[in-house]
Amino acid sequence: MKITRFLKLIFMTDFIGGLLIAIKELFKPKKTINYPFEKGKISPRYRGEHALRRYPNGEERCIACKLCEAVCPAQAITIESSERADGSRKTTRYDIDMMKCIYCGLCEESCPVDAIVQGPNFEFSTETREELYYTKEKLLDNGDRWENILAANIKSDNPYR
Amino acid sequence: MEYINIIFLEVYKILFLLVPVLVSVAMIVWLDRRVWAFVQKRQGPNVVGPFGLLQSLADALKYIFKEIIIPASSNKVIFILAPIITMTLALIAWAVIPFGENHVLANINVGILYIFAVSSLGVYGIIMGGWASNSKYPFLGSIRSAAQMVSYEVSIGIIIINVLLCVGSLNLSDIVMAQNDIWFVIPLFPMFVIFFISALAETNRPPFDLPEAEAELVAGYQTEYSGMMYAMFWLGEYANILLMCALGSILFLGGWLSPIDLYPFDLIPGAIWFIFKILLLFILFALVKAIVPRYRYDQLMRLGWKIFLPLSLIYVVLTSSYLFYFNLLPTI
Repeated sequence: MKITRFLKLIFMTDFIGGLLIAIKELFKPKKTINYPFEKGKISPRYRGEHALRRYPNGEERCIACKLCEAVCPAQAITIESSERADGSRKTTRYDIDMMKCIYCGLCEESCPVDAIVQGPNFEFSTETREELYYTKEKLLDNGDRWENILAANIKSDNPYR
Repeated sequence: MEYINIIFLEVYKILFLLVPVLVSVAMIVWLDRRVWAFVQKRQGPNVVGPFGLLQSLADALKYIFKEIIIPASSNKVIFILAPIITMTLALIAWAVIPFGENHVLANINVGILYIFAVSSLGVYGIIMGGWASNSKYPFLGSIRSAAQMVSYEVSIGIIIINVLLCVGSLNLSDIVMAQNDIWFVIPLFPMFVIFFISALAETNRPPFDLPEAEAELVAGYQTEYSGMMYAMFWLGEYANILLMCALGSILFLGGWLSPIDLYPFDLIPGAIWFIFKILLLFILFALVKAIVPRYRYDQLMRLGWKIFLPLSLIYVVLTSSYLFYFNLLPTI
């Protein structure tokens, strides 16, 4: 027993074994990705940047029920509403303070018309705080930009809601 | 006028040697990081330039523009001198390295002794840096480093004696030419292994990177250094690693000699073979860095004094008795 241990030590079998493993690993495919150039897969439930969606005819979905404002645990959402000429109730102001937001997804869950959603975008860092006070225009713009992905995500997540 | 011409010629020669060495040091840092990353299945630096080749240059540029902070309680002259000494000593040793039959800056008779002396002096840069910082981590790191380098230099010295017994000359070109028939790595294989491990310890590479053990000593003797001074330590360290690889390939792997003396291989210039051998050794350095955990300090000392020193001494006796018995001792 001792002799074998001594021989192992002299011929450095463990070390050479480790070296061979290292050389083998050298040629295996890499586990990491080239982040800014390629991105990992994101779940349809991913809670990223907020967006306000529209109906296909261009009408905004939000009916100013203020459920999201009420449920928001961080009180990041501010809504003001008024009646429009055609008698429908719409928001005049829909602000989200993205620095208060804790990305819990309760606004998305509470929304009866799937208007406010959290999209797959997580790269919206800014250089100033002011840029992170999202207004209605910014949110609607986000909705227009991400609509395809948002609709697909909501559809694929639908059976589990 | 003649003197000026001679001086210009020498300066030209020195630049012709040093610029490639410095560029290859930068490349070797990239290679080191890349191999390390590949073993861990990461990508490593791959953004700056093709395959990330210019990463080291970008790092160097960053270091140049960073502020140099000199601690208030430090000994300023020695503090500034330390990285300069480290880098200078790492670079002047390259003067005697032969890249080919006659491609050597200074073909001196005691080349191996010169390299040995210069690499021993390298300890001073580290001790000065650690002491002048006037701070506990650098001091402990530099003491460790000094003890480590001194211990492993002893075994490297005795390993070199093994080679010298077979050659009969201290000239590096002669050492390479003596390997025309057979590279010393074959008859002296155990010595090659011990030389490689001692070279790891000598250049503070893992698993012997105790002087910079992050968990214990922050960054060892480099803790207080910043900006260009830190970069100079770092350049000196990698130039030393490259020097040790070059020394290994000269002493054991036949320097610029081609491994196969056949037609298509003859045409490749010796310098290419030499660089190829250095790279091979360096990749081994990088792989070892990826696979081994750090040694404990007493284990390190035990390995140096109780295992490597006796082993290499026994091998000196074996080599010399073999050479004497078969009457193969080189004639001087």
